[in-house]
Amino acid sequence: MIRRQRRILVNRIILGLSGAAATLGLVMLTWILGDVALRGLQAVNWTFFTELPTPPGMEGGGLANAIVGTLLMTVAATCMSVPFGVLAGTWLSEFGRDSKLGGVIRYFSDIMVSAPSIVIGVFVYVVMVRPMGHFSGWAGAVSLAIIMLPVVSRTTEEMLKLVPHELREAALALGAPYWKIMPQVIYKAAAAGMATGIMLAVARVAGETAPLLFTAMNSPYWMESMNEPMANLTVALFNYAMSPYDDWQTKAWGAAFLITMAVLFATILTRLILHKRSSH
Amino acid sequence: MKTAHNKKWGDVIFRGITLAFALGILALFAAIVGNLWHESLPSIHKFGFSFLTSDAWNPVKDDFGAYIAIVGTLVSTLLAMLIAVPISIGVALFLAELAPEWMKAPFGTAIELLAAIPSIVYGMWRLFVLAPLMSDHVQPWLAEHFGFLPFFTGPAMGIGMLTAGLVLALMILPFIASVTRDVFLMVPQNLKEAAYGMGCTTWEVVRDIMIPYGKKGIAGAVFLGMGRALGETMAITFVIGNAYHLSWSLFAPGTSIASALANEFTEADSDIYLSSLVELGLVLFLITFIVLGIAQLWLKRGNQGGGR
Repeated sequence: MIRRQRRILVNRIILGLSGAAATLGLVMLTWILGDVALRGLQAVNWTFFTELPTPPGMEGGGLANAIVGTLLMTVAATCMSVPFGVLAGTWLSEFGRDSKLGGVIRYFSDIMVSAPSIVIGVFVYVVMVRPMGHFSGWAGAVSLAIIMLPVVSRTTEEMLKLVPHELREAALALGAPYWKIMPQVIYKAAAAGMATGIMLAVARVAGETAPLLFTAMNSPYWMESMNEPMANLTVALFNYAMSPYDDWQTKAWGAAFLITMAVLFATILTRLILHKRSSH
Repeated sequence: MKTAHNKKWGDVIFRGITLAFALGILALFAAIVGNLWHESLPSIHKFGFSFLTSDAWNPVKDDFGAYIAIVGTLVSTLLAMLIAVPISIGVALFLAELAPEWMKAPFGTAIELLAAIPSIVYGMWRLFVLAPLMSDHVQPWLAEHFGFLPFFTGPAMGIGMLTAGLVLALMILPFIASVTRDVFLMVPQNLKEAAYGMGCTTWEVVRDIMIPYGKKGIAGAVFLGMGRALGETMAITFVIGNAYHLSWSLFAPGTSIASALANEFTEADSDIYLSSLVELGLVLFLITFIVLGIAQLWLKRGNQGGGR
């Protein structure tokens, strides 16, 4: 009986510890989000969205150019990485499923998903920024696209694999060629899942700072084209948070608030879509 | 006849195009390594192998070594793993097995949201909220009670290795926890039920069935988290202090490869300075490549069942 009591006691202790660990996670989430929301909301007002940054030390102004810059670069990166990633994912799922080459490509893309993003920034600096002679929005967009690419291709592959084989066979039996089946049948069947993957990739790069530090850099002005240093929220956040001015630090919290909300919104949305799909 | 012919060629072209893009991923990978290597050549020629073991970092005399940055990266990652791994396995157990059904969804979502918060937000939160807390309360307490150890000496500034390790731990914790939870969820239900049927307590099922079954997968999750921690830049750059000297004290400011790159890359004014920084990047890329490579191998094997 004593032995049994001891087993139950040990069980309770472990249960308690692991519950405490999970509670700690929940507490941290509320703490961080609470701080970001409380301090961020103080900075977010009309001028924050509509005006340019002020010179160092001057109060007022906003981060309108950085908001637009982040949006532009994210859209450009999405336009570059999505076709590339979807086609690569198509090969992995449809033609290279059990091949050795497929295994190798899968292995390297999985590594690239978690590769340090600052190294991607160094790479783009070496191949784009230095030959061109200046920092540019395009260089920033390219480094974001490189980070998105493996995420898009791997999720595309997974989603295409979920489409039942019978669907392909039925279409083939009708005499349709494969290159017509893919867009008209398979992509359609996997559309929601593929969109989720793309959104996950966007959420991933929307908060990226490291690869932008020496590709897009930052700028206090409105951009005239993507071919010049470009303001963006994350690098502005970094510079402002490290600055000695209270007003700038408040603005950094505002930027953190915007980015966090956008990323969390995208994450929750993807979860809802996936959940709805799996409950069908 | 003609349509059948077209159909065949259409498919060949389609297959070729998709293959080209799939190979494009490999080409991109090769281009990254190749360019970094090429760009590091001046530094490799000048410093040779001693780049890795020299603790010099002197932009004025153009004398560079990676030793301090590599040690900083490894120490901050090690600290983070020591804190994060036990806690995240506890969280994963809770989410997969121990929690009452109604708690699983909200806790699971919370952990996944924690993993999604951009690292720069973590870094900033640490700088403004946690660093003051560390310097005012945690570090003096550690110094008072454990001051006889060389790790907890020196002025408590709130920045430095210990704070950096804590940020990293907090960042990778939700990540390791959610992958580990997925590993635990893959343990077959009938194995667990058989054990419960024999009168095992929950903890005994976890210890004797779930952990042995998923150990490869868990190891993979840990290495994946480690890969993240090694390459993490923004969360660390805020709080590590960016100083090029080694100290036994975890309160002392240090540097890591990623934070050195973030702080100095745009300031590099000579070719050899830039080349040395690129070589630092290459070293970081290779370290994470090895760690993530191991992680992928183990996760894959873990997924293929058995886990033995």
